[in-house]
Amino acid sequence: MVTFWVSVLAVSALLYVLLDGFDLGIGILFGLTRDEERRRAMVSAVAPIWDGNETWLVATGVVLWGTFPIVYATLMSAFYLPLLLMLAGLILRGVAFEFRNKTQRMRWLWDAGFAGGSLVAAFMQGTMIGALVEGLPIAHGEYAGGEFGWLSAFSVLCGVGLCLGYTLLGACWLIRKCDGEVRASAYRLIPYLSLALLVFLVVVFVYALAENLQVMGRWLDRPYLFAFPLVAAVAAIVLTVSVRHRRDGPPFSMGALVFVAAFGTLAVSFWPYMIPFSITIQQAAAPHSSLAFLFWGAGLVVFPLMLLYTVMSYRVFRGKVHPSSTYH
Amino acid sequence: MDSLAFLLSRLQFAFTISFHIIFPSFSIGLIAWLTVLEALHLATRRPVYRQVFEFWLKIFSVAFGLGVVSGIVMAFQIGSNWSDLSRMSGPIQGPLLVYETFTAFALEASFFGILLFGRSRVPPWFYLFSTAMVALGTTLSAYWIMANNSWMQDPVGYVMRNGQFVPNDWVAILFSPVLWVRFPHMLLASYLTGAFCVAATGAWYLLRGQFHAEARIMLSMGLYLAAVLVPLQLFFGHLNGDYVHDRQPVKFAAIEGRWHDEQPASEVLLAIPDPASETNKYAITVPVLGSVIGSMSLHSKEVGLTDFPRADRPPLIIPFFAFRIMVGCGLIMLLLAWLGTWLSRKGRLEQSRVLLWLIFLSFPLPFIAILTGWFTAEVGRQPWVVYGVLRTADAMTPFLTAHAALTSLIVFCSVYTLIFAFGVVYIYRLLRAGPAGGLVEPTPGAVPQRPLSVVDEPLEPTPRLVPVVTSAAHRRSTGNQPW
Ligand code: HDD
Ligand code: HEM
Ligand code: HEM
Repeated sequence: MVTFWVSVLAVSALLYVLLDGFDLGIGILFGLTRDEERRRAMVSAVAPIWDGNETWLVATGVVLWGTFPIVYATLMSAFYLPLLLMLAGLILRGVAFEFRNKTQRMRWLWDAGFAGGSLVAAFMQGTMIGALVEGLPIAHGEYAGGEFGWLSAFSVLCGVGLCLGYTLLGACWLIRKCDGEVRASAYRLIPYLSLALLVFLVVVFVYALAENLQVMGRWLDRPYLFAFPLVAAVAAIVLTVSVRHRRDGPPFSMGALVFVAAFGTLAVSFWPYMIPFSITIQQAAAPHSSLAFLFWGAGLVVFPLMLLYTVMSYRVFRGKVHPSSTYH
Repeated sequence: MDSLAFLLSRLQFAFTISFHIIFPSFSIGLIAWLTVLEALHLATRRPVYRQVFEFWLKIFSVAFGLGVVSGIVMAFQIGSNWSDLSRMSGPIQGPLLVYETFTAFALEASFFGILLFGRSRVPPWFYLFSTAMVALGTTLSAYWIMANNSWMQDPVGYVMRNGQFVPNDWVAILFSPVLWVRFPHMLLASYLTGAFCVAATGAWYLLRGQFHAEARIMLSMGLYLAAVLVPLQLFFGHLNGDYVHDRQPVKFAAIEGRWHDEQPASEVLLAIPDPASETNKYAITVPVLGSVIGSMSLHSKEVGLTDFPRADRPPLIIPFFAFRIMVGCGLIMLLLAWLGTWLSRKGRLEQSRVLLWLIFLSFPLPFIAILTGWFTAEVGRQPWVVYGVLRTADAMTPFLTAHAALTSLIVFCSVYTLIFAFGVVYIYRLLRAGPAGGLVEPTPGAVPQRPLSVVDEPLEPTPRLVPVVTSAAHRRSTGNQPW
């Protein structure tokens, strides 16, 4: 039962990162251009799906509460400020999708909300992951780091890194969905983004070695972990080649694969801890009566339906979008 | 624990949840009413029902969208500000909230899409069915939330283990008698919200001399519905009072404004309670009525607040006044609904501009009643968060600083105010534009996941903006529609 719910959580969280990752990335890219035509193309490349993507965040949150209440309580309270900023960012950008079309006078406001909200949300997510990797200060099963216990050079670095990563995913998505100027500039941007991401990874690695982070120890214990970076490396190569040849399909899948590999790395190197090196999965799991109550309805019926629906909505929305075709 | 942080956290929770509840209650009520409309349309085939339906469907989408956006924060702040509560009650409250979210998702995923885009592609009976299913979905959502909150009001079906509430009887939790009086009370409150907003809109159009056919339907249906629902609501309110009397005597004493034991007890209709001297000033009371309301007897003894240690008493002022405002709103609604229905039966309603004005101005009443009802229930439960078991003060995140709490309060207040202002102005514009705009044509990019996108009305009367978003599928879906 516990395994089942860990898997549900892992799938929801991974889906969230992948799906909202690219649309947050597009939000960041949106902030980099002033051209209304391009902005519209960007918005239309994500508009029909972003909300569904965000559902996975809420799903992850509530499932975490229901199945691992201790982890939920610890993380939500430890990450008080970053969580707050992330939520505010997500709300602003969520309403901006619709509101920017409904007003001309105030459009600047919602545009700023869209780009700024995406950037803040992405950065805060990265920071929180970084803080988790570094190890949250926890004493007697309680967070003991204070208001800014999550803030460190390393976590900020990870925040920047995730912004870069999301932006890369976003650019790959634009290539897939758009034509013309948007696609061309995304192609131009990808090499820089990839390079920056690579630099980021190297810096993180060196930093981790220098600081002797506990996670590094795990790698030496579990050499099979190196399979993940290997997958990522292959994916990165394919991505580079297809960008070279201007093939629109593969870059996004490869970018996503890099993310899957990174996610897998983290998950396996944390195992069996849920909050690295202080709270294990078994310790945190809700009692059997809670897990079983959830299993027979939400787990067995609704969750597969949600997955199915996600797949279907992406199938329906495949192919390029043509914003100009709806201009009357 | 930082007591300023505590105060700020309570303020923040009260603010965000009060903001959130406004939209769900409106949308739960509207969609139920839309189901009735669609059934009437099927039965009578009168096009005007269809016209009214399409118009309110737009409003529903916007309210629903704002409900979703404002709900996201709720799911997280329980963990951030009330981490001890969420750790302890997670095994019970967590699964209930999972069911709420998953139910809402399942409904959005399937039937809401048909509601917005399927009119031309499914048989009429199936369209009606889909409308009913969306209504059922929002109702289920409300059920899970009320189950959650009712468990906090009257915790059942658990044992304490390792400092956690471990469920050992889900049946007791899901079928708790408290839940089954509070859930109908909340549901009826939502239906009344829908009914009064619709009736008020109808009255408004009639006053302005616009959209006569549609306005008449809105006005009379809204009033008829309310005329039946308000008495029912008062009855369930009474049952609510019964449960409070039996299970939360301190809260009952606070609501009644009863400081000391009385036998037989009188009923305080209105007063200015004075906590310092523990008496009521300028009280208007009815002798014996207090015993009748409390125990249906002429000489029962009713307990007063001073029977309980100070540390276990709720603040009296808020529940006392909030309760009276709620009941007052209920009584005014009853009056308006019955008077309006009566005049409408006699065909004289449209001549009575005064009554039309009153009905138009009555649309805030259900919202006020809902908010004050929640204030009664929640503040009256203090100082407990899980009644009788866990104190609110012990539920808070122990290391939360006032600084962090203040920051989050300010951020949420400003973000919500911004959205609220924009959303309300937008709904107002849609209402003002009226049903004349013809039938809803979903914009090409609109999808069920984005209810706000359904309506493509610009907020300002500037040159009309063109919808931008599109997708292969939705071009397909909107391309061949007969309307
Ligand atoms: C009586 C009704 C009611 C009450 C008391 C609440 N809600 Fe709510 N909520 C709804 C009725 C509702 C709804 C009608 O079902 C919504 C509005 C639009 C929607 O999609 O569902 C909703 C949306 C909604 C969402 C967004 C779901 C989505 O992404 O689709 C969340 C996360 C919450 N709510 C969470 C909460 C929490 C944590 C509450 C209390 C602490 C709460 N709601 C009180
Ligand atoms: C729409 C539904 C709800 C409304 C309108 C509502 C309203 C309120 C209000 C006004 C307060 C402030 C009371 C005070 O500070 O004195 C409060 C407190 C609180 N409520 Fe509710 N509530 C709702 C549902 C819930 C639910 C479902 C939960 C739990 C999952 C919950 C948990 C709490 C908590 C933890 C507090 C903080 C304690 C406090 O501030 O005193 N409430 N609520
Ligand atoms: C004679 C009329 C009414 C009576 C006697 C009454 C009674 C009550 C009582 C005793 C409570 C507190 C329940 C608790 O503490 O758990 C309550 C809560 C509430 N009331 Fe009323 N009520 C009346 C009318 C209304 C009306 C007209 C509305 C809205 C249209 C309304 C909406 C609510 C809501 C939303 C709550 C909070 C949720 C809950 O606790 O169930 N009430 N009511």
